[in-house]
Amino acid sequence: MPQPKLDTSPKVSDEIRKTTCYMCACRCGINVHMKEGKVAYIEGNKDHPVNQGVLCAKGSAGIMQHLSPARLRAPMKRVGPRGSGEFEEITWEEALETAVSWLKPLRETDPTKLAFFTGRDQSQSFTSFWAQGYGTPNYAAHGGFCSVNMAAAGIYTMGGAFWEFGQPDWDRTKLFMLFGVAEDHDSNPIKMGLGKLKERGARVIGVNPIRTGYNAIADDWVGITPGTDGLFILSLVHCLMKAGRIDLDYLARLTDAPCLVNAEEGSDAFGLILRDEAGKALVIDGRTGKPAAFDGEGVEPDLSGSWRHAGFTHRPVLHHMAERYLTDEYAPETVASKVGIDATRIRAIAADIARVAFDEAIELDREWTDFRGVTHKKMIGRPVAFHAMRGISAHSNGFQTCRALHLLQIILGSVEVPGGFRFKPPYPKPATAHPKPHANAQPGKPLDGPHLGFVHGPDDLLIDDDNNPKRIDKAFSWENPMSSHGMMHMVISNAHAGDPYKIDTLMLYMANMAWNSSMNTSSVMQMLTDTDDSGEYVIPRIIYSDAYSSEMVAYADLILPDTTYLERHDCISLLDRPICEAGAAADAIRWPVVEPDRDVRGFQSVLCDLGGRLGLPGFTNEDGSTKYANYADYIQNHERKPGIGPLAGWRGDGEDHGRGKPNPDQIEKYKENGSFWISHIPEEAEFYKPWNMAYQDWAVKTGIFDAPTPYIFSLWCEPLRKFQLAAEGKHRRQPPERLKAQYAETMDPLPIWYPPFSDTDQRFTVHALTQRPMAMYHSWGSQNAWLRQIHGRNPLYVPTKIWDANGFTEGDWARVTSPHGEITVPVMHMAALNENTVWTWNAIGKRKGAWALDKDAPEATKGFLLNHIIHELLPAKGDGLRWSNSDPITGQAAWFDLRVKIEKVAAPKESLPAHPAQKSPVPEAPQTVKQKVGS
Amino acid sequence: MTSLPTHTEKTLGLVIDLDTCVGCHACVTACKGWNTENYGAPLADTDAYGAEPVGSFLNRIHSYEVQPENDAPAQLFHFPKSCLHCADAPCVTVCPTGASYKRVEDGIVLVNESDCIGCGLCAWACPYGAREMDPVEKVMKKCTLCVDRIYNENMPEEDRQPACVRTCPAGARHFGDLSDPDSDVSRLVAERGGFDLMPEQGTGPVNKYLPPRPKDEIPEFDILSPYLAPVAEEPQGFLRWLDKTLERVS
Repeated sequence: MPQPKLDTSPKVSDEIRKTTCYMCACRCGINVHMKEGKVAYIEGNKDHPVNQGVLCAKGSAGIMQHLSPARLRAPMKRVGPRGSGEFEEITWEEALETAVSWLKPLRETDPTKLAFFTGRDQSQSFTSFWAQGYGTPNYAAHGGFCSVNMAAAGIYTMGGAFWEFGQPDWDRTKLFMLFGVAEDHDSNPIKMGLGKLKERGARVIGVNPIRTGYNAIADDWVGITPGTDGLFILSLVHCLMKAGRIDLDYLARLTDAPCLVNAEEGSDAFGLILRDEAGKALVIDGRTGKPAAFDGEGVEPDLSGSWRHAGFTHRPVLHHMAERYLTDEYAPETVASKVGIDATRIRAIAADIARVAFDEAIELDREWTDFRGVTHKKMIGRPVAFHAMRGISAHSNGFQTCRALHLLQIILGSVEVPGGFRFKPPYPKPATAHPKPHANAQPGKPLDGPHLGFVHGPDDLLIDDDNNPKRIDKAFSWENPMSSHGMMHMVISNAHAGDPYKIDTLMLYMANMAWNSSMNTSSVMQMLTDTDDSGEYVIPRIIYSDAYSSEMVAYADLILPDTTYLERHDCISLLDRPICEAGAAADAIRWPVVEPDRDVRGFQSVLCDLGGRLGLPGFTNEDGSTKYANYADYIQNHERKPGIGPLAGWRGDGEDHGRGKPNPDQIEKYKENGSFWISHIPEEAEFYKPWNMAYQDWAVKTGIFDAPTPYIFSLWCEPLRKFQLAAEGKHRRQPPERLKAQYAETMDPLPIWYPPFSDTDQRFTVHALTQRPMAMYHSWGSQNAWLRQIHGRNPLYVPTKIWDANGFTEGDWARVTSPHGEITVPVMHMAALNENTVWTWNAIGKRKGAWALDKDAPEATKGFLLNHIIHELLPAKGDGLRWSNSDPITGQAAWFDLRVKIEKVAAPKESLPAHPAQKSPVPEAPQTVKQKVGS
Repeated sequence: MTSLPTHTEKTLGLVIDLDTCVGCHACVTACKGWNTENYGAPLADTDAYGAEPVGSFLNRIHSYEVQPENDAPAQLFHFPKSCLHCADAPCVTVCPTGASYKRVEDGIVLVNESDCIGCGLCAWACPYGAREMDPVEKVMKKCTLCVDRIYNENMPEEDRQPACVRTCPAGARHFGDLSDPDSDVSRLVAERGGFDLMPEQGTGPVNKYLPPRPKDEIPEFDILSPYLAPVAEEPQGFLRWLDKTLERVS
């Protein structure tokens, strides 16, 4: 039989429109193939700096998100009781005027009555600018319940952290160590990086209680006990210091290891760094044996020199480190049983790290000049790199654990060197170069400055004279003084409790707070629907913007429907969280590759409109008219400072980059270039960025800094010590009595480890974790007909020891109890797991009626959330007080501190708790999908 | 019954690196996206938002746990599976209408959907479970090795590879001519000990898998290991060492 004739060169599409993916936070470039004006196929953009052509499962399934039956269709007002899901579609004019009628009086009388929080927002520099113009102090994005410990610890220690702040030098690293769940942040770049490491046989060590994903391909898997990463890391530090396998030259020149710290207990400045009159930290200059400012020309900092000043001994940070880390407290033999790793294995890993860092060092023949004016002939690389994200962050000891990891990198001399960890512009940027937080609200006036930032001591806290928090989430208060990203997870419970005060309107964007983005989900739903004595809702008004029929929609009074990611303008800005690479500055846009076929508007455009109607500064012209027609107009024409706007590329007449006047054709220029702009860092500026004058000068030229800002790394976190001093009674402001002991225990200026707060209740011995699958992002994936076939179910994975002890068999169910509550869920056996840890996929479970899923969809019947058994407060202690279930330093939600007990139970009809169905605000989904645009 | 060609001019296929595959499913949806829009009927999904969604996919990832015999911890492997384009493809010979065929020019096994009666014999004959009946059109769907991409003159040359290979973020998938010993894929197979899936089935699969490298073999050092010999036993000793070392440096 002859072979059929086959057309092997069919037309691929009519046109390719290049934009930026939004199927997760990774922000890859995509080619959207159009046929007959419709989206036909999505693939990665080969020219794009983030993904270089590859695309993950989510990105390739983006078409099903774009066509999701869960898309909202028009503005809506609530007509049934809160939570019922009963809505009526209204016009945009009615929706906007309703919002104005609520928001305008609040602004004129008391702007604090608006709480505006955003979730998966990629426009935080814009939404915060709007909130600042409105004048409420109550703004933040979702960092507080995501990974603020990682971000803040990194910035306070070294001026940047992982993911958006920096990345391993994938082309040169020889040993890569990955801590905790990280599959969901920097998704494609890490996979691409792992591919490069594998290709050249570099070693990968995975430290994670669960051996899935990246840990499954790691050469070595360290199945650590959850919450003990910091102890393990400090044991590695112990081994390396004890063997003298640390980079003394790096520590002396580029860090605060030689800085002189007051060592006199009882002194008012005990633990503070000795400074000159200009506030510059002092070191002993090896040339003179006398103190000198750390950055003086030609200064040779001495790691060993002590100094007596004003009768007090001052000793270098490295001496304090030796005293701390060389004690047996951190010896492998001491920590082994706590971390669940043999002492010999800890030593072996430390030895391997030392061997690669020092015996396999890299030398690049690249001359560079440091901030002291000293020119170096070579760049010395320590080819050991690390990465971590939420896994080690989301614990009550997460800030110190993240600091410990940075300490480890720094003593190896592997940060900002070839083969190590490299910052991405606009980082490195030390905490002192960031704004401080602001919260002074006045009727009818903008806020006195940016909401979020970095505090450097008690003077910077956002509290009133009576120690009361100024923000509704209590960020930057004594309870969580360094909460740099705010504390979104506390907003609803605080607003419900009227503590520290009552609010009127809660406005949320892209944040599924009535489901997977809240701790204690069932109670949060209750708080959102509770009424007071007069029958009014305790939280009087809720405005919500989302593109999809999420669980949160049902709890809002006014819905402002957003677009899909293919229907909108966005900018991934250098003012915000850009897409830079270690060797380049880069930013990107989204643009509507198709216009919405529903009556929906991009939320940022809606804010431009509302800003005009409310007369907000920054959003109105002098004559009172609305300044920006829409978000695209803002992106192109807004100037944060003269010459600096949301996008850095093609400014002025199209020839200026970094700085320049607004360009009316800027977005077109981006579209022509594949929706991104990139500017490469010169070769001599590619490493040692915090100290390399060639980089500093390039950053000024590119608009990242206004002046060169070299600095040294802070192994000694002085702001923490200042808070401790306040607790010791040595500051005009002092924390409440009940917090003083905690300050002493947790706010050590050197990284420490203490057990997660939930470890105290011995009835609950099993650790319970969640991971986000690589093929799903948050709750969005379940509406995606393709992705839900990959991850439609989320059993609780149980290790062999617990499986056998309970006599579980396939198909069994378990009751999982925490100090806070219980859930009943399906279980599945998994051997490649820490023996005291159970886990499940995050946010697969759905509420009936949400996301346009059938009520009998497995997500709604067998799916579940661990959130139900995680409380935002810990159980009462002996003092009768309930502590926040978060890191005491940053307020990071301690999701992964959860401890449970497990028992086998008869299979219920469906997972418990089972919530009644919400009424779906969107039409029923189609039975069958046959996705094809072309004929 | 349908006959196989006695010889193919090329032997195009995939080489999949099990040491690198992180199980991310990127290849699964990239394949679904390309092939629902292109070759033959769309890859449909029934009960797409309901209790029992059933869709046709040409490529799926399976995960397997393996417990090593020694005391080493259990391991997890991700195993992408699609049609292996066998030399001796039983799915072709079993086809009653000639709809299933193996191309002479490159060895790709295809289904000519206009001749497919949806009898399902080929799926039954395939020892790998690599064919799926489309739940709506009731025609047999299988990996085409993106025959409409790899020669496609409407595409930039660098894109002329299967959608799964182009998208794989970790670079775990490779495409080429396995009959050419000098091709990149043949070299990879030779260097890394690429193996056949279930060779005992005698189907001569073209696709090859590269085995995972040994794991959990970090060398163990004792307390006096030369690599990490202590310079001191306590902090004061460390500071003395520091002084001496710094003197040497300066």
